[in-house]
Amino acid sequence: MKSPFDIFAQVMYTFNHDDTVGKGRAVLKKFFDGDIQKSPRIQKLYDDLFDHMPTIEADRAEIVTRVYQETENDPIITRRGKVFKAICEELPIIIRPLELVVGSNTQVARGCQVFPEYSFEWLESEFDTVETRSADPFYISEDTKKRLHEVYKYWPGKTTSDLATSFMAPETLMAIKHNMFTTGNYFYNGIGHFTVDYEKVLKIGFEGIRKEAETARDRLHVFDPDYAERNAFLEAVIMCCDAAITYAGRYAMLALEEAEKCSDPDRKKELLQIAQNCARVPAKPARSFYEACQSFWFVQMLLQTESSGHSISPGRFDQYMYPYYEEDMKSGKITREFAQELLDCIWIKLNDLNKCRDAASAEGFAGYSLFQNLIVGGQDKEGLDVTNDLSCMCIEASMHVMLPQPSLSIRVWNGSPNALLIKAAKLTRTGVGLPAYYNDEVIIPSMLSRGVTMEDARNYGIIGCVEPQAGGKTDGWHDAAFFNMCRPLEMVFSNGYEFGDKVGLQTGSLESFKTFDDFYFAYKQQMEYFIQLLVNSDNSIDVAHATRCPLPFQSSMIADCIGRGKALQQGGAIYNFTGPQGFGIANMTDALYAVKVLVFEEKKYTLQQFAQALNDNFGRGLSKERLSDLTLQVTKELARAGKQVGEKDVEQIALQIQKDSVTPEQKAFYDQMLEDINGLPKYGNDLPEIDLFARDVAYTYTRPMEKYKNPRGGMYQAGLYPVSANVPLGHQTGATPDGRLANTPIADGVGPVSGKDTLGPTATANSVARLDHGIASNGTLFNQKFHPSALSGMEGLQKFVSLIRAYFDQKGMHMQFNVVSRETLLDAQVHPDQYKGLVVRVAGYSALFTTLSKSLQDDIINRTTQGF
Amino acid sequence: MEHYLQTTGRIFDIQKYSIHDGPGIRTIVFLKGCAFRCRWCCNPESQHFQPETMIRNGKPKLYGKDVTVEEVMEEVMKDTHHYRRSGGGLTLSGGETLLQPDFASALLFAAKQEGINTAIESTGFQKFEIIKNQILPYLDLFLMDIKHMDSEKHQAFTTKPNTLVLENARKIAKTGQKLIIRVPVVPTFNDTVEEITAIARFAASLPGVEQLHLLPYHRLGQDKYAGLGREYTLPDLLPPEYEHMQKLRRAAAETGLYVQIGG
Repeated sequence: MKSPFDIFAQVMYTFNHDDTVGKGRAVLKKFFDGDIQKSPRIQKLYDDLFDHMPTIEADRAEIVTRVYQETENDPIITRRGKVFKAICEELPIIIRPLELVVGSNTQVARGCQVFPEYSFEWLESEFDTVETRSADPFYISEDTKKRLHEVYKYWPGKTTSDLATSFMAPETLMAIKHNMFTTGNYFYNGIGHFTVDYEKVLKIGFEGIRKEAETARDRLHVFDPDYAERNAFLEAVIMCCDAAITYAGRYAMLALEEAEKCSDPDRKKELLQIAQNCARVPAKPARSFYEACQSFWFVQMLLQTESSGHSISPGRFDQYMYPYYEEDMKSGKITREFAQELLDCIWIKLNDLNKCRDAASAEGFAGYSLFQNLIVGGQDKEGLDVTNDLSCMCIEASMHVMLPQPSLSIRVWNGSPNALLIKAAKLTRTGVGLPAYYNDEVIIPSMLSRGVTMEDARNYGIIGCVEPQAGGKTDGWHDAAFFNMCRPLEMVFSNGYEFGDKVGLQTGSLESFKTFDDFYFAYKQQMEYFIQLLVNSDNSIDVAHATRCPLPFQSSMIADCIGRGKALQQGGAIYNFTGPQGFGIANMTDALYAVKVLVFEEKKYTLQQFAQALNDNFGRGLSKERLSDLTLQVTKELARAGKQVGEKDVEQIALQIQKDSVTPEQKAFYDQMLEDINGLPKYGNDLPEIDLFARDVAYTYTRPMEKYKNPRGGMYQAGLYPVSANVPLGHQTGATPDGRLANTPIADGVGPVSGKDTLGPTATANSVARLDHGIASNGTLFNQKFHPSALSGMEGLQKFVSLIRAYFDQKGMHMQFNVVSRETLLDAQVHPDQYKGLVVRVAGYSALFTTLSKSLQDDIINRTTQGF
Repeated sequence: MEHYLQTTGRIFDIQKYSIHDGPGIRTIVFLKGCAFRCRWCCNPESQHFQPETMIRNGKPKLYGKDVTVEEVMEEVMKDTHHYRRSGGGLTLSGGETLLQPDFASALLFAAKQEGINTAIESTGFQKFEIIKNQILPYLDLFLMDIKHMDSEKHQAFTTKPNTLVLENARKIAKTGQKLIIRVPVVPTFNDTVEEITAIARFAASLPGVEQLHLLPYHRLGQDKYAGLGREYTLPDLLPPEYEHMQKLRRAAAETGLYVQIGG
């Protein structure tokens, strides 16, 4: 007689060992999850994409500047409408060879336009370095430089960044100067970070949206108190709807012209079809899957010419596209293979869009990524699973193109079909760093706690890296700042001072901390103080965008801008948030724990000894950055004392500082100290005591954040993820009491310090799940690295899926994986030209490895390879 | 089994996220002490029952710790979510698990109390009565090592004849216990088609046995010998080639067994 355990084990065993199980499930599941042949066209499009180096183009900057000059006396929303109209009418258009879905905002593939209305000084000052910088280089021709130089004469004092700076409090500017946090993202760029109502465009077209705006306008009374603003806004929306239709019309004409000239009869037919599509959409409702694809694409690319905001996320693409696919499949209008080819074409186009960021931001967002997050699977508004053919075909498309865009995401819930997750795991196994897995069971309640309705929460998508949003209804301001949680601890040690400036609070001398609670309280005070300054900075930028860059085109597709008669930037959306992200939990957990045990419990060291050790970088020598900081400090002090300091003196000072570094006795002392620190338990090893402490440390960031409001009438919500800023911002951070050396990377996401988790992926996942992910409603990010053999065979895939499910059972929010061998990465560093297409997961997104800076490459290589 | 949680035994390691030793995601508890001294053994620190110091990464570390079942289970059950999702659980390995039968029995019993899957990796080197009465009642899967059909060669490489192993294999199979036979494929010892086929034929003759796992020899344990101050007697041995493993797999599969390379 077999026990139930036997039977269960046998079933699992058979399941794990039977490669046909996935296929055999066809009778059970209602969607197609098989492989689909990749069309040769896709490889050709892929090759063309990498034919040229990304290039900066000047056309948009010229158009914007001219329109601004012509419209000085118009309301700002009207000016923005006219800017968009002029772009749609004048920006050079191009149909790339063999493409089926058209619309490009640059002549060269992966090129980018320039957005001087947000900021421009950085680009002008980087003209000569942007081509050779390590992160995301761009080619810029002499002619473009000249044209941009002309354009830039108009902009000083007129940009959003200029206005934002003028709004900020002096202490905020001081904190920014000292890199306590950075709000550079929206300071330099448009905001982006939304999902528009694509479904609406597909259903009613821009003619329909225009009609809505007209109706709203006609309902206004001239005596309404807000008539002026509403009317101007609605007029701008109408202008933008017409402009988008015009833009598509230009493509229809171009396709016709090219068709006439085309000698290849097959391509000629394709071009004629393209012409027909563009004549129809996005003006009118889409009638077929192909038209829906074209309509979607015009929306997606035009949104990214209106502003420089990134993370314009397609959201639940498999849901709003499905009716068109289903209809065409039923009527026999298309084959699954052709539908797949169209998806693949869109996937290529998503990688064709590009944006040039300033050098510092490029390091933080490395990998040319636009974070266009596209999510499949999950539940509908009623809570039922909605996995369909397209969910799997989107995964298939990422397998076909093997490129970082779109940032593909999978919604996982208790009712997610196994077949969808197996398909996703197969993509993970390729090492492309996609997809990211998200847990409905945490995200939906988390959104409910922020006032999102049940229906909207169930319909969430992901923005950018990891940020949940109710698409088509939200201005989320996700990614609003990088907040380095290590810096406030430095302020505790220095009593609020740095390089002679008062930066933080004076929380007391080290002698005054009698207990660990005193010390921890001081850290919490510093945290709270800098969070307040961060809010001041973000709110200043927020007002600057509302004042100088309200955007009517994107507003036309987000509810309820038309109803409220307000642009997104002015509070037109139903849900308004500001979501700045903190990082460094793992370092701060281990650091505070080390202080707690070694100073206050075991009394092995004093706080002063810790302070000295951090200053001396544990006797490990001063990094270049630290040395130049200290030299600068001494130079400044000398200058303040009225001494003249020449170049020679600076060299002497630097030499002296290096000489003054530690004696052999001190070195031995620090070695012992590091050994004692390393001997302590660390976050990431499934030790409840320290993991629960990490939970509390995370609260020092997430809890205060909930108290603050933004100018659009929404609340702040914390995220816990660094994108890839943990590397460059780690460079600006001194040594920390967890034994981390100065100027080295800070831990990634909510994961443990690299290399400190030694018990494998289940233990790490269990630790990370002990954080409160729900309160970080702007998203958390958990990366794990796997060797491909951990996912080998059906059995490997199934176990991998179990690991994700088990992490999600414990209320983890997000999981993403890097599956690539260490050897591959090392070799790619040596021979970058042989690995041009090598994609790895960096933080919340995937990027081309060889385009990353050396230090970020090293960080990725150094992450624990788990499971072996 | 009244005080099973307080039963003590000696272990030298606990390894989480094991995905190659039984169904699902598993935790392996390594019991210390073995009757064999296999020359290829990749866990030489497992062999002596006495705790011993091994130099790892330049630092001495003590291997061998006496623990209660309760302590072990607390660690094992940390991955309970992973077992539940994957159908995994606890695997006892060694050393030779069966040399601490009371402890092994209590551990398996405790795991069944928690509702997780149980497995052991063992050579079956124990009196059958003990295996039958103390182990099998709480065991879902027996992963049994059979290294060679020739007893003399078996003894030359492992220090013990294979008589008890083969005898127990048949007896265990007859109880209806789910049993998988595993063979470490070690060049110069048992890596010829004839030798592997002989083991496969024997395995196929055991009632209820359907699977054979061929585990290619690896050198990952080599530096441990120096760390223990012992001599590694197979210093120049290379792991079998992939192609050769495939050949052995095909040969063994002719017996009608399902044969896989690796666990």
